Amino acid sequence: MKSAVLVFPGINRERDMARALKLVSGNDAAMVWHAETELPKGTDLVVVPGGFSYGDYLRCGAIAARAPVMDAVRKFAADGGLVLGVCNGFQILCESGLLPGVLMRNARLKFICRDVHLRVERNDTPFTRGYTAGQVIKVPVAHGEGNYEADEDTVKRLEGDGRVLYRYCSPDGEVGESHNINGAAASIAGIVSERGNVLGMMPHPENHVEDIMGCTDGRGLFAGLAQHFAKAA
Amino acid sequence: MKARVTVTLKNGILDPQGKAIEGALKSLGVAGIASVRQGKVFDIELDGAADKAKAEAALKDAADKLLANTVIENYAIEVKG
Repeated sequence: MKSAVLVFPGINRERDMARALKLVSGNDAAMVWHAETELPKGTDLVVVPGGFSYGDYLRCGAIAARAPVMDAVRKFAADGGLVLGVCNGFQILCESGLLPGVLMRNARLKFICRDVHLRVERNDTPFTRGYTAGQVIKVPVAHGEGNYEADEDTVKRLEGDGRVLYRYCSPDGEVGESHNINGAAASIAGIVSERGNVLGMMPHPENHVEDIMGCTDGRGLFAGLAQHFAKAA
Repeated sequence: MKARVTVTLKNGILDPQGKAIEGALKSLGVAGIASVRQGKVFDIELDGAADKAKAEAALKDAADKLLANTVIENYAIEVKG
């Protein structure tokens, strides 16, 4: 699996991401500066990491979404390439039009930095095949604007088409308002594009891939992607 | 030529920041506050000769492409001549 990790000014989670990708695939990820107009040849997976691109000025992800490299990412996605956006990366993908909806300020206004539980809604996608459907995983979040909102029709379409891949839940997989940390519509933590090849999620699976962190629940996402490409190759 | 673009949240979009400000104003005892919605103001200077129509077109382009997220926000353009 050849991965390209995008780097914008103010992004700070690109190294954790590259480390996780190397761990599961054995390959170094290419770090791609935002001013580039092309992705490295042979890229399988584009990753938009977390952080605070452009200091969250204007709106989270708004300025990064208009960077030159994003035209290449849009083209890559239009050709069916897999794109993963985490945290600020999810915000950037929404702002760039690759995913519908918007990440609003957390409903209770607090920046949330802690482990949360996610329910894996289905496992027949490249982004979830490392898990079982209904599995509960524990991964950290660190965001102030992670409250996913979209108009009613869009949420209905996301649900109807099975495009919600990850949802906030209790440790035993129960979904409800008391486990919906940021007030997101339908407890949405991660969604995919219409074609299913672009995933945006607020939590950070890349931070739970090694034993030293006390939990390796995030590893399945990356391992699943590596498997997907190993099979394709 | 100077212009102002005002970006506001659409009706029905939850505005927790506005709500917090509203609460603070009420706790300060400021009388008569019914509700607060927070928005953004961009003061923009335009290059070149004064052509109001061109300026408005450029500002609309700016608002659509970057200043507003039209999923959740409305904008208003005011060219001051």
